Amino acid sequence: MTLPEPQDGAASEQPVATATGLADGEWHRLHPLTPLLRGGLGFVAVIGIIIANLRERLVEWFLPGLACPPGQDCGQDDPLGNLVESGYALIGVLVLLGILLLCVAAFYVSWRMHTFRITDEVVEVRSGVLFRTHRKARLDRIQGVAIARPLFARLFGTAKLEVEVAGQDANVPLAYLGNAASDALRVDILRRASGARGVPAADTASGPASGSLIDRRVSELLAPELDPSLAPPESVVRMHPGRLIGSTVLSGTTLGFLILLAVAITGLVLAIGGSGALIWTLFTVIPIAFGLASYQVNRVLKFLRYSIAATPDGVRIGYGLLSTRNETVPPGRIHSVAVSQSIFWRPADWWTIRVNRASRQTSSDGQSAQQSTIVLPVGSRDDVFRVLALLLPGLGADGVDARELLERGLAGSGPDADFTTSPRRAAVVRWFSWRRNGFALLPGAVLLRRGAIWRELAIVPTPRVQSVAIEQGPIYRGLRLAHVHVHTVAGPISPALGALDAKDAEGFFRDAAVAAVAAAGTDTSHRWRSSES
Amino acid sequence: MSSLDPVPGDWQRVSPKYVVVDLLGILVSAILFTVGATVPFAITREPAWLIAPAAVLLLHVLIAAFTPRRVRALGYRLRDDDLVFRKGIMFLRVVAVPYGRMQLVDINRGPIARGFGLSELKLVTAAATSHITIPGLPEADAETLRDRLVELAESRRAGL
Repeated sequence: MTLPEPQDGAASEQPVATATGLADGEWHRLHPLTPLLRGGLGFVAVIGIIIANLRERLVEWFLPGLACPPGQDCGQDDPLGNLVESGYALIGVLVLLGILLLCVAAFYVSWRMHTFRITDEVVEVRSGVLFRTHRKARLDRIQGVAIARPLFARLFGTAKLEVEVAGQDANVPLAYLGNAASDALRVDILRRASGARGVPAADTASGPASGSLIDRRVSELLAPELDPSLAPPESVVRMHPGRLIGSTVLSGTTLGFLILLAVAITGLVLAIGGSGALIWTLFTVIPIAFGLASYQVNRVLKFLRYSIAATPDGVRIGYGLLSTRNETVPPGRIHSVAVSQSIFWRPADWWTIRVNRASRQTSSDGQSAQQSTIVLPVGSRDDVFRVLALLLPGLGADGVDARELLERGLAGSGPDADFTTSPRRAAVVRWFSWRRNGFALLPGAVLLRRGAIWRELAIVPTPRVQSVAIEQGPIYRGLRLAHVHVHTVAGPISPALGALDAKDAEGFFRDAAVAAVAAAGTDTSHRWRSSES
Repeated sequence: MSSLDPVPGDWQRVSPKYVVVDLLGILVSAILFTVGATVPFAITREPAWLIAPAAVLLLHVLIAAFTPRRVRALGYRLRDDDLVFRKGIMFLRVVAVPYGRMQLVDINRGPIARGFGLSELKLVTAAATSHITIPGLPEADAETLRDRLVELAESRRAGL
């Protein structure tokens, strides 16, 4: 059964010119170093074990007389010595060679069998020798393209490209590709997915740098995370190191730990007589402190080189100091955005931005799954407006002053022309925030504003609304209040608002339901550049 | 003190036979949980522990007493572009799902409901939170409704 998708006929008739030869619809292989990189850690571990076992002998070979003073019998205890003693040296060497050959052959076959192809409609990956897998993803359903460079792969000048599609662990990974090839392939994939016709504007791969292999590796390692030619510089938002460290120190977890520490110290001082209390404190507080410190240092390292920028095919978010990762999210793939500020960040006016996206990861490393929902780890109010302009470019249209409206959404309170807020009687259930708690229904988006202490503004683009709900329990009934929910794909944000006047909530429900249908009907972002020539 | 009614008008109701199905389900649950709650009494022989099964039983009786009203409160309506579903008296919930957003329409038949010729229709969208389950539909109605919904979804299909 074929889905009635708006097809882009022209693109399939004449092949689109590509920046690399990789997206030509033929089957291609990955980078030859792939088996080594995929089994990288195991390889290093095996070498480590061998070296540990033969340490004495190696020292003896290279520095005779140092490790083994004359007159002492050494080198007999390690496995190699035993092997030579027992006369099985030849067999041992043969077995070792056999295993090596087998490994190389297996790696070679798996590399030969691991192929991918990118056509006008789909991206496909085939892999496996005994258990074949074949994964196919439609290009117009792409939710984003990520390029990850773990430190080990980075040293070899390679990268892992992930084509993200909707669903849990439904990504199509291409691991590993050469650095230049992965960057160019991302451009090609997004270009085909966008439905754009004609030749690419410019070859973004500026050609391999001259010089020796070592020079190229070093220059790649030292190059800025965001290629300056990729995005107009005025759209780029970068991380301020002082702000990142300050925000990490002022985070809820750190302050919670400090309170715990204070309680522990007070307990110690009070129970000064008993040494049992000291041990108890050491055993609980110190591991927590180490865990917390490593987590926070990781966060700082991860986001130190953070940047977000607008590229022709979507927003590009990059971060990472040693292992880097960047994600390009095409327009219309952000299902909701939340800008929030804890009370500790208010004096400095720092904000954080998270998003809900349809592609989710749980496997390999849970951390990257968590990180990919954070779009701005910490930023000033100015940064927030610039990032929101990238994520929701349509917000400023229709004669609405986006900046002024968002300003009211972030820090404002009280009803006005756009925001409808809770009535006075809602103060029973929203002690501090009843003046602020409110919604605004714009042509392109739903804005939900809440929280006086922990401020949050949730924005859902109307074309991404899955359904709308209104709820009322017995207490709310007595107060003539109601909850409204705007359902989007699962993620850290659940756009909902409580304690609204029942009549306002009913109006919101009716209008939002109509707006969602209308917006979904006119939305063309699945082929976001098909209207271009 | 009026309850919410965001979209005034007539609702399609589910079959009245569903009251019996629901009551039988509550009866099964009441037996299981009441027996389970007597375990502490059976062990200790302490009369105070009899409060637990009594409380469980009372809760089930209360739930059962409201069943006819709760079933009457279930309703759905096919509008031009979306399906609206309502449920609950104490905890009222009204959901509107645009046809183009439906990813899946499911028909389930439980063992008790099957005896009464009833089915349950389940709608799934890309959002896990917008779950809609319409219980107590006569089998023929459920299938007609499913076919109608799939047809509507096809004609208004949108991306995610």
